[in-house]
Amino acid sequence: MTGWGRRNEWKIFLRKIFGLRPAMKVFISLSLLVLALFAASLLTGPAGLGLGESLAALVTGKGEALVLVMREIRLPRAILGALVGAALGLSGAAMQGYLRNPLAEPGIIGISSSSSLGAVLALQTGMAAAFPLALPLSALSGAAVAVLLILTLAGPRGGALALILAGIAISALAGAATSLVLNLSPNPFAAMEIVFWMMGSLADRSMQHVWLAAPFMLAGMAVLLRLGRGLDALTLGADAAATMGVNLIRLRWGVILGTALAVGASVAVAGAVGFVGLVVPHLLRPLVGARPSRLLPAAMLGGAAMVLAADVAVRLIAPDQDLKLGVLTALIGAPFFLHLIWRLRGDEA
Amino acid sequence: MSLLQLTGLSVLRGQCPVVDRVSLTVEAGEFVGLIGPNGAGKTSLLRGALGLLPHLGHSSLAVLPPLARARAAAFLPQGREIAWPVSVAALVALGRGAQRTRGAVADRAAVDLALARMGLSGFRDRPATALSGGEQARVLIARALAQETPLLLADEPVAGLDPEAQLRTMEVFAGLAREGRGVVASIHDLGLAARACTRLVLLHRGQIVADGAPREVLSEANLAEVFGVRGFHAETPDGPVFQPMGVIR
Repeated sequence: MTGWGRRNEWKIFLRKIFGLRPAMKVFISLSLLVLALFAASLLTGPAGLGLGESLAALVTGKGEALVLVMREIRLPRAILGALVGAALGLSGAAMQGYLRNPLAEPGIIGISSSSSLGAVLALQTGMAAAFPLALPLSALSGAAVAVLLILTLAGPRGGALALILAGIAISALAGAATSLVLNLSPNPFAAMEIVFWMMGSLADRSMQHVWLAAPFMLAGMAVLLRLGRGLDALTLGADAAATMGVNLIRLRWGVILGTALAVGASVAVAGAVGFVGLVVPHLLRPLVGARPSRLLPAAMLGGAAMVLAADVAVRLIAPDQDLKLGVLTALIGAPFFLHLIWRLRGDEA
Repeated sequence: MSLLQLTGLSVLRGQCPVVDRVSLTVEAGEFVGLIGPNGAGKTSLLRGALGLLPHLGHSSLAVLPPLARARAAAFLPQGREIAWPVSVAALVALGRGAQRTRGAVADRAAVDLALARMGLSGFRDRPATALSGGEQARVLIARALAQETPLLLADEPVAGLDPEAQLRTMEVFAGLAREGRGVVASIHDLGLAARACTRLVLLHRGQIVADGAPREVLSEANLAEVFGVRGFHAETPDGPVFQPMGVIR
């Protein structure tokens, strides 16, 4: 009896914190999964360190080489993996909720491609080689330019369609400009560097990258996490949402700015990691009763888990070949996308 | 107490006014049926009154900020959109989002009442998108009811419903009016409107051409002029009966 009572109290306590009863199992499991994968990411690498000694080095800071490996190589990689995944999963869920379309992904409004273009320009001009933060800063500027373009083209008031069309136009333009840069590249090594960068990776990132990108990503995610009620209401269409007290202009600003901050910063430090923002919200939607407000935090955790897992996998599958993270996520994501289309086709027939 | 006041409200589509200088006041306790042929401007009038369309003139709802408007009036749009397979109870609970008196108990009571009123109590946990079109329409009406506002604006709420659901919906709306709230519903079924509404507003080419008790508004002259039909009226023990009988032009 007492055991049952205590468990119930615990449940009520958790309910107070999360306010989400049926979805709670999902949140707890996802959180545990993220923690486990974060630890796995810390313990994976070519140095082949023991479990105890590496964790001890990380925490205590004793043992020069070990500390260097753990704090300067593996820790930033694990943190960025979690952050990039969370940013992509969360903005994917927000974008799908806002556009009311399960096939939407964060790149659809052109942020990823213009951010990539910014990075490519930094590589091409040699700025990236001159000082290390030139690349992420340039990528962030690319994202900022994209936001200005989106707001000019699709306005703060327009509908979902205007936003998608503006995004397609911006993506096409940024893609063409990127191709132009490659096309005019003076030597094959520069072109190769750009191509490799565009595949997306978390290898060899430093704490500097974390300090640069984390504030943008966290700010963007904070904006997106607050959009739950508006996105829930939008399930019933724009008119219904507006008359249920949702400020649609603020919602639109939130989606665009939050995505730009989160995705722009994640592209800046990790390159283009595709399909996470598309696949994760879709996988988790049935587990949270399809409610956009619950999907937001779930997709954030799920995205972090997926990128951490993929980043562990690239190190395990091909330790010596620098298999790119973006290549792996696309290899897993694209067949899933096909499966999705296949199922949708069945539903609509 | 007036729940809605429109003064010289016009909605323009390009240069052409689809709602043309409409003035209308809806009082508490009224169930107003908004009738008129296709393209008369019923939907534009409702959306303009809520401030969802750019408009000229004054509307007491359109001047409110979104949250205050959501507490003053609920709106049931004509398009029945449900984007995600959320449960019926969760969907209906969306109507509670703007309420001042929130909390699990009050919300649950409002949702239960709305579901019961629409005969949907057995559907609570079903995914809303798995229901039939008519059932979805009833779920969406329940959502608007759960908002528990003094005024309800509904755009063709009974279109596509089975006879039981049509009668039930009209009875629920009439009940809201008896409770001292107000309802404005655009309706194509003149027979239903004549029976349940306390007042009919007849819209033709964006203008109000008749406004008053159902029997007066559905006069032979109005029917011929606006709808191009003739109708049959009768008083029965079950209330007034009206049936359009034939096309006259």
